[in-house]
Amino acid sequence: MPANGLTRALQGLGRRVTDRIWRLGFAARFLMATVMYSGTALRRFNLTIREIYFTGVLSLIIILVSGLFVGMVLGLQGYDTLQRYGSSEALGILVALSLVRELGPVVAALLFASRAGSAITAEIGLMKATEQLSAMEMMAVDPIARVVAPRFWAGVISMPLLAMLFSAMGIFGGYLVGVQLIGVDEGSFWSQMQASVDFREDIMNGVIKSFVFGAIISWIAVFEGYDCEPTAEGVSGATTRTVVTSSLAILAADFILTALMFRGA
Amino acid sequence: MSSEPLVKLTDVNFTYDRRPVLQGINMEIPRGKVVAIMGLSGCGKTTTLRLIGGQLKATSGEVKVNGQVVNDLDNDGLYALRRRMGMLFQFGALFTDMSVYDNVAFQMREHTDLPNELIHDLVMMKLHAVGLRGAQKLMPSELSGGMARRVALARAIALDPLLILYDEPFAGLDPISLSVVGKLIRTLNDALGISSVVVTHDIQESLKIVDYVYFVSEGKIVAQGTADEIKDSAEPYVHQFIWGEADGPVSFHYPARSFGEQIYKEAARAR
Ligand SMILES: Nc1ncnc2c1ncn2[C@@H]1O[C@H](COP(=O)(O)OP(=O)(O)OP(=O)(O)O)[C@@H](O)[C@H]1O
Ligand SMILES: [Mg+2]
Repeated sequence: MPANGLTRALQGLGRRVTDRIWRLGFAARFLMATVMYSGTALRRFNLTIREIYFTGVLSLIIILVSGLFVGMVLGLQGYDTLQRYGSSEALGILVALSLVRELGPVVAALLFASRAGSAITAEIGLMKATEQLSAMEMMAVDPIARVVAPRFWAGVISMPLLAMLFSAMGIFGGYLVGVQLIGVDEGSFWSQMQASVDFREDIMNGVIKSFVFGAIISWIAVFEGYDCEPTAEGVSGATTRTVVTSSLAILAADFILTALMFRGA
Repeated sequence: MSSEPLVKLTDVNFTYDRRPVLQGINMEIPRGKVVAIMGLSGCGKTTTLRLIGGQLKATSGEVKVNGQVVNDLDNDGLYALRRRMGMLFQFGALFTDMSVYDNVAFQMREHTDLPNELIHDLVMMKLHAVGLRGAQKLMPSELSGGMARRVALARAIALDPLLILYDEPFAGLDPISLSVVGKLIRTLNDALGISSVVVTHDIQESLKIVDYVYFVSEGKIVAQGTADEIKDSAEPYVHQFIWGEADGPVSFHYPARSFGEQIYKEAARAR
């Protein structure tokens, strides 16, 4: 009977949707617990600083190098387009605005998700699989307060700083290609940039974006790790899900934030 | 008060998903005694320890520790109770991002305001007790399985708990460490006046140190008695277990169709 097959397909679809929604609810409660039990992470701030080292500082190289290359490409592409309209001295504006508003926060977040998010998930997942989290519970130490919260805040704090460094490196890359290599006038490159990049409109909005992205990535990473099946396959699946889910979430959130921020402009 | 056992399980049932793991367990751990839980792999020993530690909640029945019903405790109550318990995990469960020293010092740093020098002395004492004072700087990945277990033991006794739960303390130890750890369990118990639950397969070693034994099979207690009673027991379960016989009332196999029937069916299907 075809109706039978259809019913089963619908049932399957329904179950998958409700499963997702359950998990989302569970993740939301987990986030609340993480924030509520953040006392330890903030009071004993060296716990969080240690994690900032692992997530933030160890991501520096990839962020700086990628920023430089993205900026250099922007310099080439931007010059090519701008000089057709005879406005190649606007290159500084183009490079700075693209980086500060969009590419800095978004590309840095994507890199951060795959460099640090995956590592956080794998670490927490392995701690779960080897019963370290259970052992901690048995020692009357809450793993959410001791393990999860410091990693979460480390991600939230590192992300805006990394995005800023990414943008700064990118602007330097644009300068290298535009001014040093192609020969755009150095004075107008910098002065036009300074004149048209607005601190509140452009820079602060970029920082807000990267802050939101940092929270999203850290949330997904700690949740996937904490919630994973405590086996080798479970950890590897969770790590993959962290990268895929947070990348999609970053792009979706970027669209929403951009629509809200630059509506009038 | 003190005549009341430290741990008391009354009619405890426990079910994973729908599969019953423990059925009608009645068990008492008197204060100051070492009690062993023995049984085949998968019979529910670790589960029993987790029920006592409050990491699992009994499906029905009552688990009482130090006068408190574990099933009814809220999170804070549970954590307060656990500060007075130590647990040695079956696979050690050392924190892999910390050195041996930091593992043992973990609880002291989390739960007390002791100055560093005092923590240092305490850690050295605990490590000395398990013979690993020289290994304090090593990371868990640099330890052998038996060494890791001894460090885990030092960590479990870090705060001189009231009750220590040992999950397979003897597995993977060489004969010397094995008898040292056995004696250590007994000495700790008597010197500090704590109570101990030892889950183990190692009959010969554990009979030397324990006061009382429970035999668990398929989620039920099938025999119990003092160490001497057990040694002289004529109970078929106990006899089979002590002499390691494959045939007897305890089944070595996870429940399945009879092997002959399965082979016959598979052969028929292949045809
Ligand atoms: N997380 C779980 N989900 C479902 N079933 C489980 C889970 N953990 C254990 N079990 C089942 O519960 C039963 C008892 O497990 P338990 O770990 O208590 O055994 P054990 O007596 O400690 O065995 P061993 O001596 O091998 O450590 C086993 O049959 C196991 O299959
Ligand atoms: Mg076990």
